[in-house]
Amino acid sequence: MCIVLRMSIGQTFLGLLEATPRHGYDIKRRYDEHFGHARPVAYGQVYATLSRLLRGGLVEVEAVEPGEGPDRKRYAITEAGVTDVAQWLARPEQPEPYLQSVLYTKVVLALLTGRQAAELLDVQRAEHLRLMRDLTRRKRDGDLAEQLICDHALFHLEADLRWLELTTARLDELAAQVRR
Amino acid sequence: MIGRGAVADLVMGARMAVTGGREGWTRALLTAVGVGIGVAMLLLATAVPGALDARQARGDARDDLRMGERVAAGPGTLLVHPVDIEFRGRPVRGRLVRPEGPAAPVPPGLTALPGPGEVVVSPALRRLLDSPAGPLFAPRLGGARVTGTIADEGLAGPHELAYYLGDDRLTDTSGATRLDRFGGGLPGEGLGPVLMLLVAVIFVVLLLPIAVFLGSAVRYGGERRDRRLAALRLVGADTTMVRRIAAGEAAAGALLGVAVGIGFLLAGRQLVPLVTLYDISVYASDIRPPTALLLAVVLAVPALAVLVAMLALRAVVVEPLGVTRRGTPVRRRLWWRLLLPAAGLAVLLPVAGLRDGDGGVTRWLVPAGAVLLLIGTVTLLPWLTDLLVRRLRGGPVPWQLAVRRVQLDSATSARLVNGIAVAVAGTIGLQMLFAGVAGDFTTASGQDTSRAQAQVQFRDQPDLARVLRQLGGAEGVTAATGTLSTGANVGSPDGPPVEIRVGDCAALAEFARLDRCADGDTFLVSDPGDPVAVPAGAMLTVEDGSRWRVPTTARTAQARPDPAGWLQNGVLVTPGAVGTRTLGPLRSTVYLRLDPAAPDAVEHVRNATAAIDLTTPVSVLSPTIESPKFADIRRGLAIGTVVTLVLIATSMLVGTLEQLRERRRLLAMLVAVGTRRSTLGWSVLWQTALPVGVGLVLAVGFGLGLGAALLRMVQAPVSIAWPVVGFSVGLGALTVLAVTGLSLPLLWRLTRADGLRTE
Amino acid sequence: MSAPLLVAEGLYRRFGETVALVDAALRIDEGEVVAVLGSSGSGKSTLLHCLAGIVRPDRGRIVFDGQDLVTMSDARRSALRRDAFGFVFQFGQLVPELTCLENVALPLRLARVPRRAAEQRAGQWLERLEVTEVAGKRPGEVSGGQGQRVAVARALVTRPRVIFADEPTGALDSLNGERVMRLLTEAARDTGAAVVLVTHEARVAAYSDREVVVRDGRTRNLEVAA
Ligand SMILES: Nc1ncnc2c1ncn2[C@@H]1O[C@H](COP(=O)(O)OP(=O)(O)OP(=O)(O)O)[C@@H](O)[C@H]1O
Ligand SMILES: [Mg+2]
Repeated sequence: MCIVLRMSIGQTFLGLLEATPRHGYDIKRRYDEHFGHARPVAYGQVYATLSRLLRGGLVEVEAVEPGEGPDRKRYAITEAGVTDVAQWLARPEQPEPYLQSVLYTKVVLALLTGRQAAELLDVQRAEHLRLMRDLTRRKRDGDLAEQLICDHALFHLEADLRWLELTTARLDELAAQVRR
Repeated sequence: MIGRGAVADLVMGARMAVTGGREGWTRALLTAVGVGIGVAMLLLATAVPGALDARQARGDARDDLRMGERVAAGPGTLLVHPVDIEFRGRPVRGRLVRPEGPAAPVPPGLTALPGPGEVVVSPALRRLLDSPAGPLFAPRLGGARVTGTIADEGLAGPHELAYYLGDDRLTDTSGATRLDRFGGGLPGEGLGPVLMLLVAVIFVVLLLPIAVFLGSAVRYGGERRDRRLAALRLVGADTTMVRRIAAGEAAAGALLGVAVGIGFLLAGRQLVPLVTLYDISVYASDIRPPTALLLAVVLAVPALAVLVAMLALRAVVVEPLGVTRRGTPVRRRLWWRLLLPAAGLAVLLPVAGLRDGDGGVTRWLVPAGAVLLLIGTVTLLPWLTDLLVRRLRGGPVPWQLAVRRVQLDSATSARLVNGIAVAVAGTIGLQMLFAGVAGDFTTASGQDTSRAQAQVQFRDQPDLARVLRQLGGAEGVTAATGTLSTGANVGSPDGPPVEIRVGDCAALAEFARLDRCADGDTFLVSDPGDPVAVPAGAMLTVEDGSRWRVPTTARTAQARPDPAGWLQNGVLVTPGAVGTRTLGPLRSTVYLRLDPAAPDAVEHVRNATAAIDLTTPVSVLSPTIESPKFADIRRGLAIGTVVTLVLIATSMLVGTLEQLRERRRLLAMLVAVGTRRSTLGWSVLWQTALPVGVGLVLAVGFGLGLGAALLRMVQAPVSIAWPVVGFSVGLGALTVLAVTGLSLPLLWRLTRADGLRTE
Repeated sequence: MSAPLLVAEGLYRRFGETVALVDAALRIDEGEVVAVLGSSGSGKSTLLHCLAGIVRPDRGRIVFDGQDLVTMSDARRSALRRDAFGFVFQFGQLVPELTCLENVALPLRLARVPRRAAEQRAGQWLERLEVTEVAGKRPGEVSGGQGQRVAVARALVTRPRVIFADEPTGALDSLNGERVMRLLTEAARDTGAAVVLVTHEARVAAYSDREVVVRDGRTRNLEVAA
């Protein structure tokens, strides 16, 4: 889970920056508020990620304010950064259990960046369904053991999708909260 | 035992009767209107005797017929001459009056007696005079000036044509009656036992279907109600509570219906004065149901509703998860269903030979027996429907759908047609009775309408030429013949009576077959049934005491019934054979042929007659005479039957619509899978026709039975009146077609496939 | 790929104020199972009803077998529904007065097949859907799953080219739902019928070959590369 998080933290920052240029501490606060849950991101992690993004040309320093310390820089997303976020959001995650954190992150970011979150859910559903079709087919042709295993996977995948659908249905509510 | 909980349940049920969104309101409205119609009919029926009584009372108060009693002329007497004529088939009550002193009685409804040349008319007559048809009537008032209007208390009903005309030429020898007061005459002719029987049975036949109709009206929306009760069971209502709630709901709906019914009656009452039935019109205030009966209806209808609801609940099991109909397992038992009709027959059959004199018990037994027999159709119908339909299979799809529907719920189907079955059975029975006894009440008049269509007889009018000129010249008269006549006795004033009739050869030919005839001839005719020999040369004593000798040249001729159907012993004399002056008081009799294309010809004749004499009536000839009371009753039955059937057809329609609405989703689904609408239309037709068919079979059987029993009772030969049966069956078929036709628009609307989503 | 069996384009449909379909489009090929997904009120049923010729769209084109359903007369559409389409709904589709066997035979009888032959074929389909035991019972006397299988039998009995199923498993438990879906899709594959399946259950949708998503009356065709 943490691995997943680390893998997507860059895109998450990019998403946060897409809405408006921010200082590092602002990014951290936003991140913690929406995605940090019980585990706020460390400052070190914030600046490491930002410098990685800066190196990759996905963000740029928009302004440096006079004074001391690392927080003088205000970061803005670049053209390439926007593309990167869009690609990431549009890419369905490999269906697998315990995916919701990534999906949740994606949904919130999509909303935050004014994108159609529903699109994302549709894409993800299609991906899920593809796997579920395979499982259904295997179930049809397989023996009892195979059927039971497939059913187990199917029910889990369905649970994910249901959650996804519920989230879609609550988008309005969520949007109101996120944009506050 | 009625605790607070019970009351709460009842109230809850009552609330349910009227809540539940649009559906709920529609259902409550249907029930209320259905029950309302029934209640209004019941109340109207209970008000009829009262209304007729009120009418009768006003008639008695103005009565001016005196039999025998003599009143001496004085300052407080009045001469009255009745003029009972007709105008375009409506009776006109006319009176010529002449006060003989300052204290002469004034008839009810008038403030003062009209003076000579003045006339007081009823409002209806005033309207008539003011209408375009006025000039066709006016001559009969002899040019009198209308000076007033008769008030309500002087009239039998709002549409009565009546007038009081002042005439100073009246004398008590001219046929006028001398009165010292109005009213207090002899009571009118009552209804004999047979007519009484008819009236009682008619009431039964007409009111029973209405009661049955009420029974089904309170069940509108039954299926939905059952489902709602199931939902209540789900949230914890027990069987008793459900019963109480259902009772509350039924009673509330019925009470609403009673209110609507009283409203209908009050509204309908205002319409009553607008109609005239059988020349009878009544005032709105005459329609006043007796309080006791009103109360009985108000209490009985909700009670009936509750009873029906309870009976209906018996047939279903309301479980929390829904309603299961005790469909197939309940085999309908025959024996108790046979009890009622059997009891009815047992009551009716011993009562053979009711004619006159039988009073009290029989008078009640017959209607009671008829009620039992007719209710028997209601109890037997579901059983018979079951029996006939149970084994039906196959057939085309619409037929299959209909059959299955009836099989599954024969009770509902039977309920829909109960009323029809009762009405038709009753009608058949009664019409059979009518056909059987009609001979008693309808007599051939012997009048020959091919020779003349109208007859006018003047009491005292020897100027025949003028009469013929005036009547023959009336519009629409194509031919006129006239004779003068007087009574005479052969030999002494106590001798056998004969008629001396003077006229030209053509006129005399109406009374005898004359081989040859010339002026100066005399003929002797005799009635073969009661011959009186008048030898030629015999001496006759004429009415006024003068004497006249029959010419010796008189020949015998064969008598011929005159156009009015009479055969007389008499002497037919051509003018040349007699000097009219020697024959004393002469009456003139005129026969007229009228142009069939001129419907008002007879009115013109009446006017021409009035110009000669205001009091002389014109008789329209007709081949048969019906007892007027009998005719009224018969027409009453016909109208009542049609009204009842229309009512029942309405209830069937409402039932069918209700059923369709309840099945809208299914119908939409059937259309969605490609069912032709015609298929559904046919299935509705069959679904109506099937129970109606069964009902008619039963109704014909019971009707014939009832008819036979009634005929036996009046000792008339029992014969089946097939036209009556055909007519009734035709009415039934018509009902089916009408109901189906009228429900098709809703069917079309419901089967628009987007009905799929409506729940 | 052969020519599509049923093509719908640019469908608009409104009910009073409510806009149920906006520029919806769909293509169905011979023998494929297409799931129609979407949230409640998104217009799935309306789309299905339009495709099946039950509801006429305000605008658009629906071509089945070279004929445009939108301009077709009501009688022709009825005939088409009778002969070429089959229907399975969530519930309430069986005529309560008729036995299950008679219900299954109904479409054949509507198509003028004699009763005996129709009921014989109906019996075969009941057997195929493993509900022979309810043949003589009325719909009120059978379980939801059995009733639904009877409905599937009825939808298939005329060997339709397209079966329209609107939430066919909506009222069933998982096991019965799966059973109905298995039987429905197998029978459809065997007879070569295409299936349009409206559902909101992913496991049911997983029986399809492809899905179409409806949102706010718009269709989204997600041709995800395999
Ligand atoms: N006959 C109708 N009259 C009025 N509005 C209608 C009608 N049919 C559909 N609608 C409206 O059109 C919209 C789409 O309805 P539809 O039944 O197609 O939705 P759905 O996707 O099938 O929903 P669900 O999953 O709940 O069945 C809804 O807003 C509905 O209220
Ligand atoms: Mg739907």
